[in-house]
Amino acid sequence: MFVHNLASPSQVGQGGLTRRWREHVTETEYRARRAMTTFVIRRLMQAVMVLFATSLIVFVAVYAIGDPLEILLPSDASETEKAQVARSLGLDLPLPVQYGRFLWAALHGDFGNSFVYNQPAMTVIFERLPATLELTITALLMSLLIGLPMGLWAGNRPGTMVDESIMTGSILGFSLPNFWQGMMLIMIFAVWLGWLPSTGRGEPGTIFGITTSFASWDGIRHLILPAINLSLGNMAVIIRLTRTGVQETLPLDFVKYARARGLSERRILMVHVMKIILIPIVTVIGIEFGTLVAFAVVTETIFAWPGVGKLIIDSISALDRPVVVAYILVMVTLFIAINLAVDVAYSLLDPRIRSRAT
Amino acid sequence: MTLLEVSELKTWFETPAGTVKAVDGVSFSLAKGEIIGLVGESGSGKSITGFSILGLVDPPGKVVGGSIRFNGEDLRAASEERLRALRGDRIAMIFQDPMMTLNPVLSIGTQMVETVQAHRRMSRADARAKARDALGRVGIPRPEERLDAYPHEFSGGMRQRVAIATALLHEPDLIIADEPTTALDVTIQSQILSEVQGLAAEMGMGLIWISHDLGVVAGLADRIAVMYAGRIVEEGPRDDVLDAPRHPYTSGLVASAPIANERGKPLRQIRGSAPSALHRPEGCAFRPRCDHAGDLCLNDVPETCATPRRWRCFYPMGSS
Repeated sequence: MFVHNLASPSQVGQGGLTRRWREHVTETEYRARRAMTTFVIRRLMQAVMVLFATSLIVFVAVYAIGDPLEILLPSDASETEKAQVARSLGLDLPLPVQYGRFLWAALHGDFGNSFVYNQPAMTVIFERLPATLELTITALLMSLLIGLPMGLWAGNRPGTMVDESIMTGSILGFSLPNFWQGMMLIMIFAVWLGWLPSTGRGEPGTIFGITTSFASWDGIRHLILPAINLSLGNMAVIIRLTRTGVQETLPLDFVKYARARGLSERRILMVHVMKIILIPIVTVIGIEFGTLVAFAVVTETIFAWPGVGKLIIDSISALDRPVVVAYILVMVTLFIAINLAVDVAYSLLDPRIRSRAT
Repeated sequence: MTLLEVSELKTWFETPAGTVKAVDGVSFSLAKGEIIGLVGESGSGKSITGFSILGLVDPPGKVVGGSIRFNGEDLRAASEERLRALRGDRIAMIFQDPMMTLNPVLSIGTQMVETVQAHRRMSRADARAKARDALGRVGIPRPEERLDAYPHEFSGGMRQRVAIATALLHEPDLIIADEPTTALDVTIQSQILSEVQGLAAEMGMGLIWISHDLGVVAGLADRIAVMYAGRIVEEGPRDDVLDAPRHPYTSGLVASAPIANERGKPLRQIRGSAPSALHRPEGCAFRPRCDHAGDLCLNDVPETCATPRRWRCFYPMGSS
């Protein structure tokens, strides 16, 4: 009987309603695509501006710290020797000229030679970057694979023993100083138990032509302790964020409606709740990944891990400007790329953002 | 044949401030294919009654007494797994605001398919076809395409149609509709009302329609139960209740409907406001607002049964 009240689908199809609706959709889609292109272009322009600004700041800052010649040359070097080296490195020119020359070369893909290693700065960095990325990615995956389930577990059973223990553990996770935690790990697992090596990268294996720690047992054994050390703080953040997310989402009406439809608790938690809380978690993962790469320094120093963190510390003390500047630019690029990836992930996770991009 | 029999249902909430007796001895029954309108103002316990039937009362609330029998089965004794199997299959529920109840980040299709698959072993494609047919049945144009849309891409009325289509997926024996049209425009509201009425009749479903709006229920229900402060104060066939209310509260509700008022005259209203659920008056909870109250009203009010009607009042209207 209700059919008579409403236009049936076929009736609507002949009328103007469907046609108008269709036009509306194409219009929306068109606007969405145009907005996406604008968005990407704007992002790229911002990236270029940021790279330019950081290079300038870092260049001037390193210049201001001190004269690399004092460190590079033995203290008894003669004035002529000094002048000769300064000229060969271009350090005799005024600062704006030095920066101008750097910028011009950088635009052609040349970031200068390291004062210390006498190799292109980028080569020096990219030789060590895989070790750091390996470490950070392992740490990030560990914190997710352990942190997410624990957060879900705790959030689903608030106030229970399990919840209390996980929460107390997570407070330790991000309040213990990283270096102390690292030394404790070495003491327990390397010194007392003797299970795992405490320094270096071991003998990395080769897989598909890429040299990586993942490819050899020795490599993996060397990776475990530093990766745990790097992941603990991040894991604590993920646990807390997930737990809070679950607790905020479970009382929402759509969870009750999902129950009223007879869905299992498992499906509700793993699909309905999970998809909602992944949005803030992805943001944090983005920030944390950048932070992990940039702040792997402490862990790399404790475990003598031959990554970029150790390189940058050495380069700063040697005032090796090309390496420092190139390193910062690589990190900035990485952060920009991560941010972009996070934004893309948002729109994949949340259909409301997808259509709001119009 | 009796589909649902609720008797002396008590759902209480233990709070630090005291016990809130949200539902305090509610009894009613529903036959197959029958529509009952559960009317009352906010806090009268009508929604909690609905949730109690499904076993979906949120803590600290708890069903503490009474019985719920559905198709002869005691739901209070049923396991959580048994209740889950019944929900969405034999008993479906429609909520007030479909914007809040559909998951915003999952497509309509996903949410309908999962409802199908929660109760039937069925391939994704078959479940999707079933979902598409259900959308078509409630008058959603081009259902195949709309399955891929997300809740925010629907208007309020369309979203509620999706909720109704979802409720109809397994042709349930009972639908509990909790103010499903309150958030909608009046024109959409009447469309949805007539649709639901038609579908309920067509499928022989029992329907509990919870509403604060006597006008909505008047056009839909076979019987009306009026709730006040956690109890049913009057229940009976629709026309009897509307034309000759026995309880002064029902009478007040009928009189305060704008349509019943004379044009140009101030609208009639029931004075005062509903009592706090923590501090209900002794005896009849409506006493402080009632013009007909007498000495007897300080006592607990027994139910007067005059089949097919019943009420809880010492001084019923329409008797001298």
